[in-house]
Amino acid sequence: MSTTAAPAGAPLAAEADRLPDAWAGFVPGPWADHVDVRDFIQRNYTPYTGDASFLAGPTERTTGIWARLSAMFPAEREKGVHDVDATKPSTITSHAPGYIDRENELVVGLQTDAPLKRAIMPNGGYRMVQTSLETYGYEVDPVVTEIFTKYRKTHNDGVFDVYPPAVRAARSSHIITGLPDAYGRGRIIGDYRRVALYGVDALIAAKKAEKAELDMERSVADVIRDREELAEQVRALGELKAMAASYGYDISKPATTAREAVQWLYFAYLAATKEQNGAAMSLGRTSTFLDVYLERDLVAGRLTESQAQELVDDFVIKLRIIRFLRTPEYDNLFSGDPTWVTETLAGVGEDGRPLVTRTSFRYLQTLYNLGPAPEPNLTVFWSERLPRGFKDFCAQVSIDTSAIQYENDEIIRPAWGDDAAIACCVSPMRVGKQMQFFGARVNLAKCLLYAINGGRDEVSGKQIAPVTAPVEGDVLDFDDVMAKFDAEMDWLAQTYVDALNCVHYMHDKYAYERIEMALHDRQVLRTLACGIAGLSVVTDALSAIKHATVRPVRDETGLVVDYTIEGDFPTYGNDDDRADDIAVALVRTFMEKIRRFPTYRDALHTQSVLTITSNVVYGKATGNTPDGRRAGQPFAPGANPMNGRDTHGMLASGLSVAKLPYSEAMDGISLTSSVLPSGLGRTKDEQVANLVGLLDAYTVSSGYHMNVNVLNRETLQDAMEHPENYPQLTVRVSGYAVNFVRLTREQQLDVLSRTFHGGV
Amino acid sequence: MTTLDERQDASHDGGAPVVRLDLPLVGGSHERTHGHGTQGLTSADEVDHAARMTAVRSGALGSVHSWELVTAVDGPGTRMTIFLAGCPLRCLYCHNPDTMEMRRGTDVEVDDLLRRLSRYRGIFRATGGGLTISGGEPLMQPAFVARLLRGAKAMGIHTTMDTSGYLGAHATDAVLDDLDLVLLDIKSGDEETYQRVTGRQLAPTLAFGQRLAERGVAVWVRFVLVPGLTDDEANVERVAAHAADIGTVERVEVLPFHQMGRDKWDALGMRYELEGTPPPSPELVERVRGQFRAHGLTTF
Repeated sequence: MSTTAAPAGAPLAAEADRLPDAWAGFVPGPWADHVDVRDFIQRNYTPYTGDASFLAGPTERTTGIWARLSAMFPAEREKGVHDVDATKPSTITSHAPGYIDRENELVVGLQTDAPLKRAIMPNGGYRMVQTSLETYGYEVDPVVTEIFTKYRKTHNDGVFDVYPPAVRAARSSHIITGLPDAYGRGRIIGDYRRVALYGVDALIAAKKAEKAELDMERSVADVIRDREELAEQVRALGELKAMAASYGYDISKPATTAREAVQWLYFAYLAATKEQNGAAMSLGRTSTFLDVYLERDLVAGRLTESQAQELVDDFVIKLRIIRFLRTPEYDNLFSGDPTWVTETLAGVGEDGRPLVTRTSFRYLQTLYNLGPAPEPNLTVFWSERLPRGFKDFCAQVSIDTSAIQYENDEIIRPAWGDDAAIACCVSPMRVGKQMQFFGARVNLAKCLLYAINGGRDEVSGKQIAPVTAPVEGDVLDFDDVMAKFDAEMDWLAQTYVDALNCVHYMHDKYAYERIEMALHDRQVLRTLACGIAGLSVVTDALSAIKHATVRPVRDETGLVVDYTIEGDFPTYGNDDDRADDIAVALVRTFMEKIRRFPTYRDALHTQSVLTITSNVVYGKATGNTPDGRRAGQPFAPGANPMNGRDTHGMLASGLSVAKLPYSEAMDGISLTSSVLPSGLGRTKDEQVANLVGLLDAYTVSSGYHMNVNVLNRETLQDAMEHPENYPQLTVRVSGYAVNFVRLTREQQLDVLSRTFHGGV
Repeated sequence: MTTLDERQDASHDGGAPVVRLDLPLVGGSHERTHGHGTQGLTSADEVDHAARMTAVRSGALGSVHSWELVTAVDGPGTRMTIFLAGCPLRCLYCHNPDTMEMRRGTDVEVDDLLRRLSRYRGIFRATGGGLTISGGEPLMQPAFVARLLRGAKAMGIHTTMDTSGYLGAHATDAVLDDLDLVLLDIKSGDEETYQRVTGRQLAPTLAFGQRLAERGVAVWVRFVLVPGLTDDEANVERVAAHAADIGTVERVEVLPFHQMGRDKWDALGMRYELEGTPPPSPELVERVRGQFRAHGLTTF
């Protein structure tokens, strides 16, 4: 199943007595015979179990480059973009080389010919490009318009040619939302490490061999598509080489030094960002891989610690200025201009050795050397078994910067192995062996309201779902509502999978991720990543219907538009099984329903409980709910309990979320928690120890993901009033970090209310 | 290495870090609970008065205000804090006046609480935490407390009690032996102020402190600093001296007064006398902490 061809230019280890010079000092193994980066890492990395004391601060060079960029950020924030090249659709080779500070950059390469200048990528959809340009005051180029409206069909055009009416109706009524039908789906992680380890020529040779394997297959649709994709992949790899050559680098052969390894790897990632405006352009799991190269050079005396850190700092600077052109509507869903350059750190290997290296520390150290930032989205795979020194450093960095998210290594490793990484926020996948069809999410709260109203939308009154019997009588009956809700979820699951199949068929056809897929095995596991929003709203609503007396309030057309609740009811978020069992059942039920429908390319059905910042938008589009939530009020983010209803402490709240079964939500379950610094302890040491303890406790309790904010409410309030004083203030929201001052005011208020609800 | 915190602090008023008395922010809320206080616990079935009294006397049944999993405020690590209902003191600054009367609590069986406690053993192990019994005044229900502590110790769980010490005589030696730590609130240093603040006498608290020391139970002394009420230099000096007298004291926590309890007094229809009292200034907090430190006490 994996690539078996020998990389050209890299003699087989078995045939040669020694490895090629680029691999001098490396322990050989299967990785030397065919593409297998995990095997290379396992045989060559040096676990580090010490503390953070070896780390180096920023050099003057690093500080200088970062200062030059930082000076450009305020104008960018003000206008929304710094600059746009409106005339030249982006490809891997479309733009001339660009630099921030050519003489001083250790790692080179920009998406366009200047820093922060955004490119247009019309393959996803041309209207999105037009709207974006108009929003930011750029002229739409008539030639480009002609090409993409007359000669070249886009992904967006394709999708709307094939959507059935049920999908269109569900989409416009906001019960199915955020579909990647007008923008890049993202959530694909190329194994960018392959370029550094093998060089591009070997990868081209391997891809050609994969294609040759198909020559003997009958030419049926699937085989033809595979052949065409492989041909595109080979072409993209050629363009990657050409792009690197324009910067003066020949990356056809393996990297020979740490600096080259960083550069090669970055070129590969850069090519992906020049080709795709994906919703999440994640990096993978690069720190321990690069550590092998850094360690080799350090041991040989070719690098000092300060120089090693400088390389990492320079690389991270590049990752921080990845930019895409997007519309304000897009920002409402995914606020703060995120790119989700997610980098996965740490975890424990299958053999029990921690995958923590000095470079894992160096990546975290960038948050001090360059100051806090939302990108790259640093994600730590947490296990109780991680070395103490690393745990303490993570906790310290979280307390100081709030810029890290944590995922449970003890859940991810058994499911996906020890070379998995997160795409976007919480989606785990084996690097280079797995990709996902991103499916955004459905609004489960609205689905419940449709069930109550016989398929009519509670806001517009329109019939969206098929006509069914609405609830009758003066009091909602639990069994009656459940039966109706179950049927409504059947309709929703079917319509949803239908929509996603249309989206991904067309994305493959019109906006195929050539370079990212070139850095995958030929046969990959595809997942159809469905998602649900509003879990806590529905859970509490059903709990209210079951344990209290809920009376519907109807308007003159008979539409139920509000509810009165008498009596107490248990709420999700208090480690109370009476409520939590409802949430668990909902996750299971919807997943089972999703699984009934066939998927495009036989993708494996999965789902996530994640909203990113769209919980605000979903709430806005949803009427009054039977849990007492008022129309328009935001949902809780991700799998979080509703604001202020979790009254037994952060961990009790987390323990409710931890009950959601990962097997039924394999695309991830997101929890965002916030804590006052003083709430973690009296001294810094105590705070660190307590945060480590909380993370251990949450993961041993099978919690999947936790965002940790350590912030004062006053800080956020002041940042709303004086954004200029907080250019780097970072907060974690559902699954990623954002620059607080780049959120809309509405989203800032949501963060403030949900984080500090009940405060003075 | 400049941290974000330092830079942001610089842009604020600055001053001594004031550790807030309120809870850490917990999953979206840092108010002490009301309403759903005992959610997840089964309220004991209504039984006739005599049977109930028997259960209460034996400690099988207790009046519980609420429970919570908290970090860093009620002892080390992450703890299950159980707030019992009922208190003999009437502290003017009480921020949980809804725990003053036992009748406002919910009847909960000790076994039910112990079952929940046992569920959190993994968490206590991971965080170095345990059980904290708070209130109200735990020693209003000594039999119930004794059973809880015994049950916790039988499971190997670290135990803490948060008390004013006023009813210290209710704690048997066996109870003390089941306690790893006592958070002892010394609400004032001189008898007169103590009476004004609490309506009761100071002496029992001091006696209890001595007993804890003799029994080898670790103590964290807590002192709530209220401007115009407990902040007198001589008064603080006496609290510090009392604290320093307890041989097993490990730390002192000076808790700055805040107004977050005010609404609860209103809701309960009770008269609140500290309406116009401001929280102490960072300078005042630092002065008071300095007074404790001068006695060689580790003070926060």
